Amino acid sequence: MPYALEDAGSPPSLVPDYRSTGLRSPSLAPLPLQQTLTETTGPTGCWDQLMGGAMADLTAQHEAPPQGQRIVVSGRVLDDRGRPVPNTVMEIWQANAAGRYIHGKDNWDAPLDPNFTGAGRVITDDQGRYSYTTIRPGAYPWGNHKNAWRPAHIHLSLLGPAFSTRLVTQLYFPDDPLIEIDPIANAVPMPYRNRMVCRFDIATTVPNWALGYLFDVVLKGRDQTPFEDDHHDH
Amino acid sequence: MTTDLETRNAAPRSDNLDPALFGQTPSQTVGPFFHYGLPWKGGADLVGASEMGARPELFPEAHYILNVSAPKDAPEGEVIALAGCVYDGNGDPVSDAMIEIWQANAAGRYCSADDPREDLAIDPNFTGFGRASTDESGVYRFRTVMPGRVPGPGMTVQAPHIAVSVFGRGVLKRLPTRLYFEGAEGNETDPVLAQVPEERRDTLIARRREDGTWWFDIVIQGERETVFFDL
Repeated sequence: MPYALEDAGSPPSLVPDYRSTGLRSPSLAPLPLQQTLTETTGPTGCWDQLMGGAMADLTAQHEAPPQGQRIVVSGRVLDDRGRPVPNTVMEIWQANAAGRYIHGKDNWDAPLDPNFTGAGRVITDDQGRYSYTTIRPGAYPWGNHKNAWRPAHIHLSLLGPAFSTRLVTQLYFPDDPLIEIDPIANAVPMPYRNRMVCRFDIATTVPNWALGYLFDVVLKGRDQTPFEDDHHDH
Repeated sequence: MTTDLETRNAAPRSDNLDPALFGQTPSQTVGPFFHYGLPWKGGADLVGASEMGARPELFPEAHYILNVSAPKDAPEGEVIALAGCVYDGNGDPVSDAMIEIWQANAAGRYCSADDPREDLAIDPNFTGFGRASTDESGVYRFRTVMPGRVPGPGMTVQAPHIAVSVFGRGVLKRLPTRLYFEGAEGNETDPVLAQVPEERRDTLIARRREDGTWWFDIVIQGERETVFFDL
């Protein structure tokens, strides 16, 4: 069974307001492809062989805790019919609390934090659930236009069950006024842009420890077969 | 009407958990700074236990926390070097792209429970997934094995090929393509190549260089633009 194609929330490749897309977007439409075994399989269940185990706590990777607001981000990975995607890997990377990346090519004048790398990895459980602990990243200036600032965001990378389900996205935070003026977030048409905004959740918040946010990631699901019941449970 | 203060939650809003918005999470760019979080040591070496794939020169050593691939024995099949340059619409090399590959083993079996062919063995030393980034000159490199042939739609058999994903700054959603091998058995009858307009098939063919490397350039935009697929 092939996997679904993109839905209405998918951004176009060319978004003139995001200047880097100008020379980095194909000028020809993508070709339809009748999906084969190549597209419907993926390296599931072998992450330990490739990348090693989970790194779910980004605040405990160095000698001391990093600066910043400690947060717990958790949720589920689902397919587009609401079914859990178990045992799949989610990789994350982000800037520190000041909005600075540990990357050598980030030369913005904001402090590095020797106790924060900003890279993590979690595996979903049999219900598709995941959770990680990190600090809230800061906003970040970039060269797209004069006085351009990226909203605070966490980069997410998921493979899901198949080559077809590969997804790289970004998680944004509620009540961030930078989202609505950010060309990258706005590459996704409204209202679908809001799918990338996590929700503050008091039940996820750990008393005296960390604020909690919920974020479900929805991957492409297999096209519906006539023999299956459709059930959403979210 | 009072609520228990401890469980009082903020008002629901139009966000990730809004049932009215339920659907595929939209794609966003990988950005320019993924190197410390995604390409791990050995990620580009599907054959041995070298450190191919990582870019530790791009951040302080104390922050190289990604794992090194576990040592493994040699997989079955012909070991090949795979490389190419990624170009933008000006013909300039793209020095901050990320390339991923997914392929069958030498016998043509995918390392996946979704490949139902029990008669073909999974190679315990070969996963078939790799990740690399382009260097300052826009070049990516992998070491892998020549994939075997896998079935296509109906009664067809596909030529040896590797599924490729292109990511990068300015690339809002990954660009899926395929790499075939010049002169390989089955290219003429491959069901996917057959769906590609004849004048563009060349963009999906890797060619063997004098040093033995299979070379596959990826042109994101413009003249000789690589064929990307709708997935």
